[in-house]
Amino acid sequence: MTPELFSQSLQFALPEIILAVGALVLLMMGVFIGEKSNQLISGLSIALLAVVGLLITVSSGNGEAFGGAFIVDPFARFMKVAAIAGSIFALAMSAVQGKAMQLDKIEYPVLLVLSTLGMLLLISANDLIAFYLGLELMSLALYVVAAFNRDSLRSTEAGLKYFVLGALSSGMLLYGMSLVYGFTGNTGFQEIATVLSSETRGLGLVFGMVFMLAGACFKISAVPFHMWTPDVYEGAPTPVTAFFAAGPKIAAMAILIRLTSETFLPLIADWRQIIVFVAIASMALGSFAAVGQKNIKRLMAYSSIGHMGFALVGLSAGSESGVSGVALYMLIYMMMSFGTFACIMSMRRPDGTYVEEIDELAGLFARKPFMAVVLTAQMFSMAGIPPLAGFFAKYYVFLAAVEAGLFTLAVVGFLTSVVAAYYYLRIVKLMWFDEPKGEFERTPGELRFIFGISGLLITTYILYGGPIASAADAAARSFF
Amino acid sequence: MTDWPILSTVTFLPMVGVLLLVFTRDDTDDGRQNVMIISLITTIITFLLSLVVWYGFDGTSADYQMVEQYYWLGKGISYHIGVDGLSVMFVVLATFLMPFGVLTSWKAITLHAREYMIAFLILEVLIVGVFVSMDLVLFYVFFEASLIPMFLIIGVWGGPRRIYASMKFFLYTLAGSVFMLVGILVMYAEVGTTSIPVLLAYKFSPEMQYWLFLAFFLSFAVKVPMWPFHTWLPDAHVEAPTAGSVDLAALLLKFGGYGFLRFSLPMFPLASDYFTPMILTLSVIAIIYASLVALMQTDIKKMIAYSSVAHMGYVTMAIFAVNQQGLHGAIFQMLSHGVISGALFLCVGIVYERTHTRNIGDYGGLVHRMPKYALAFLIFTMANVGLPGTSAFVGEFLATVGVFRVSVWTAFFATTGVVLSASYMLWLYRRMIFGQAKSPLMQGLVDISFREHCIVWPLIVVTIFFGIYPAPVFDASAATVDRIVTNYHAAIQAVATAAQAAN
Repeated sequence: MTPELFSQSLQFALPEIILAVGALVLLMMGVFIGEKSNQLISGLSIALLAVVGLLITVSSGNGEAFGGAFIVDPFARFMKVAAIAGSIFALAMSAVQGKAMQLDKIEYPVLLVLSTLGMLLLISANDLIAFYLGLELMSLALYVVAAFNRDSLRSTEAGLKYFVLGALSSGMLLYGMSLVYGFTGNTGFQEIATVLSSETRGLGLVFGMVFMLAGACFKISAVPFHMWTPDVYEGAPTPVTAFFAAGPKIAAMAILIRLTSETFLPLIADWRQIIVFVAIASMALGSFAAVGQKNIKRLMAYSSIGHMGFALVGLSAGSESGVSGVALYMLIYMMMSFGTFACIMSMRRPDGTYVEEIDELAGLFARKPFMAVVLTAQMFSMAGIPPLAGFFAKYYVFLAAVEAGLFTLAVVGFLTSVVAAYYYLRIVKLMWFDEPKGEFERTPGELRFIFGISGLLITTYILYGGPIASAADAAARSFF
Repeated sequence: MTDWPILSTVTFLPMVGVLLLVFTRDDTDDGRQNVMIISLITTIITFLLSLVVWYGFDGTSADYQMVEQYYWLGKGISYHIGVDGLSVMFVVLATFLMPFGVLTSWKAITLHAREYMIAFLILEVLIVGVFVSMDLVLFYVFFEASLIPMFLIIGVWGGPRRIYASMKFFLYTLAGSVFMLVGILVMYAEVGTTSIPVLLAYKFSPEMQYWLFLAFFLSFAVKVPMWPFHTWLPDAHVEAPTAGSVDLAALLLKFGGYGFLRFSLPMFPLASDYFTPMILTLSVIAIIYASLVALMQTDIKKMIAYSSVAHMGYVTMAIFAVNQQGLHGAIFQMLSHGVISGALFLCVGIVYERTHTRNIGDYGGLVHRMPKYALAFLIFTMANVGLPGTSAFVGEFLATVGVFRVSVWTAFFATTGVVLSASYMLWLYRRMIFGQAKSPLMQGLVDISFREHCIVWPLIVVTIFFGIYPAPVFDASAATVDRIVTNYHAAIQAVATAAQAAN
């Protein structure tokens, strides 16, 4: 690599490099200052992420770096900003109530920053090796934070479960990669696509692709690779769950989009069946299984499975509008989920214990009108009722499916969304129609601010949606 | 005046009221009073502005007027609003009824009055928005969003079975309308825009028309509601607070009929023609069945709810007759039913506020204690029966004439509905107003107050005025109705000619 090429590569990867160096500096700071620096490190981590996010937003150059292993395009930029935003909100939530949840260790923010770095690398991966490295960097940090609350049985169980199943999925992914490499002789995504479009498809290659898709589907917790989700969501500390729900899913979805819409686009007839099946199964399971849940974090886990199913509807179209729809869906899902988890974090008794039963929300409107209104907006938005953001997210993915002629998929999707509406409505019903049950502690102002932002974002989407939709369109044009 | 976005102002003005309400308190009597005053003033100003729209509307043109179009969400979705002969009167109806909703809630709503009025004003925005939308997605957004405030109004401020009723209302209508959403997506995929004027000009293939028609039909049939999709309505009506029932019966039900007129007939003429026998049959069943069921009700609100189902049967029947009389009849019947059913629910609200029972068996002898109320209720009873001289007569008569030209048997069976409606309404009147009080709840009733006079008299005036002089409504809609009828028959004729030529 010539020095010019190298410096150009550094320039493309500048945000990631800043983030990596920053994370190490923060770790050093933490070690030298000691445990009392936790709040400072959290604050600096948020600032660091914000700076990197801003840098990515304003940067405009497109191209490849490091011999094609790392790609910067509008799509990567869009997804990175969404992932970083999700991480910032999760970190902010942890900073507010970290002490009560025993997350006030210096490693915690640093791990989240490193995981976010993994997401950015994953989103920009343009090569099998880079893909795997990014995925593992992201996941290893996640395994640790899932089990961060060492004294809690459920938290350690969540971490272990996530790790074992995650290792399994990594194994499948690697096996698939080795097959794909073996049959195409390349690790670069574009090179593989070139080979695929010029040759007749081999069965081994399809096998490899299926294994790779399985690995990615595990990370977005799509059925049938969803088993870990409810347990991990329930067991992990709430801010960690909020973190899981946003960034890692955005990053994994980004790589799934890149794989299907770029690398394996010539094999669309093969992967479309898979994605359509996974989408229908996820939507159906996400809707029906959530109906009987009593724990709100478990409910959110099933809800997220369902949402991933909806997002995959757009992916199955295999078109520009499909990719744009999925990108938008992930962004809007991030906005909805961090607010919901901020509300869940506010379910705290005056004696400091957290409650997670859905029934505890009864009569919330009489007790905490603001939180009730925000959570109601979240629920209606997740159910896909206009004029909230969630409706438009669904609109665009289903539009892409209908354009691609997948009518059955669209009809099934809408019907499951009606089923899903039932359990979202049940929460609204509890908050508004039922008699109050139990006291809640006063919500800290910072948390109110966080879910207030989320509520504002999803209710005013109709005002600012135009530019966001065009940004998603521009992102999708990276592939088509 | 021409540059001022008058339609957007009418649509979104209640949001100003909402903003003001956010900063009021409702935990004292004075606070509640302020909440009501703010809401009343907002709704009255909105109504006056909608009169400006009506005044400025040129009825001789079938085109959209006062059009506003702005870039909104990309992908063919724009903020595009306007009124034509179909919608202008519905805008006026919606804004006209809202002040009565506020007046009737004045004393009835004591808990969370501020939130109630916020939901109510947001509902007004959404209802007006449905009628002025010229973009399908915008239409759908308003159409569906109206579920949220209505769900909360029924669920928070409703009767004992409010939770069941609100859930059923929400899920039932949601399930119906997702099919319309699929239809909208298909239309966008086909044409590349969701602008209603463009879609109206586009000719869909016959096969596509059938599917799209069914998709839209499911949504509108639930909304109207047509038999057998009507079961959510009695529950929702009975449990909703008075103002909620008024909005539901007078306005939300009209979405369905309006949708048939706006989308089904002009966009899918072949499919409409194909499905006409089915719709006429369902309408006749609705008229006779709902009337018979209404006869047997013991709950006043439930009876009026079933009577709504029957009266909306006339509307759907007349729409699918597709001739001048039929469409004029349908539009007029919808407007008149809006006023009359709203008035009936308001009348029920007036006595319910005093007695807290809706059981017909508890009432009796109201004429002795509340003579003025008895008079007002008599007028609305007669109007609901369709007595000549009231607006309902004009609508029902035209509707039946229109249907008679298409199907004599349908008209024959539909007219039995008039007899049946006379039976249940007069019987209701006899049991409630005449005779002697049967329940201790009827003790110490006082006649209607000034506020309640303000509710009933304007409605009586409108009912009788349009019964005697319906021309203003016909003038506004004539050109649009002509165009719908002409285009519809031209489209069917074109296919018939093509089929002949092929032979």
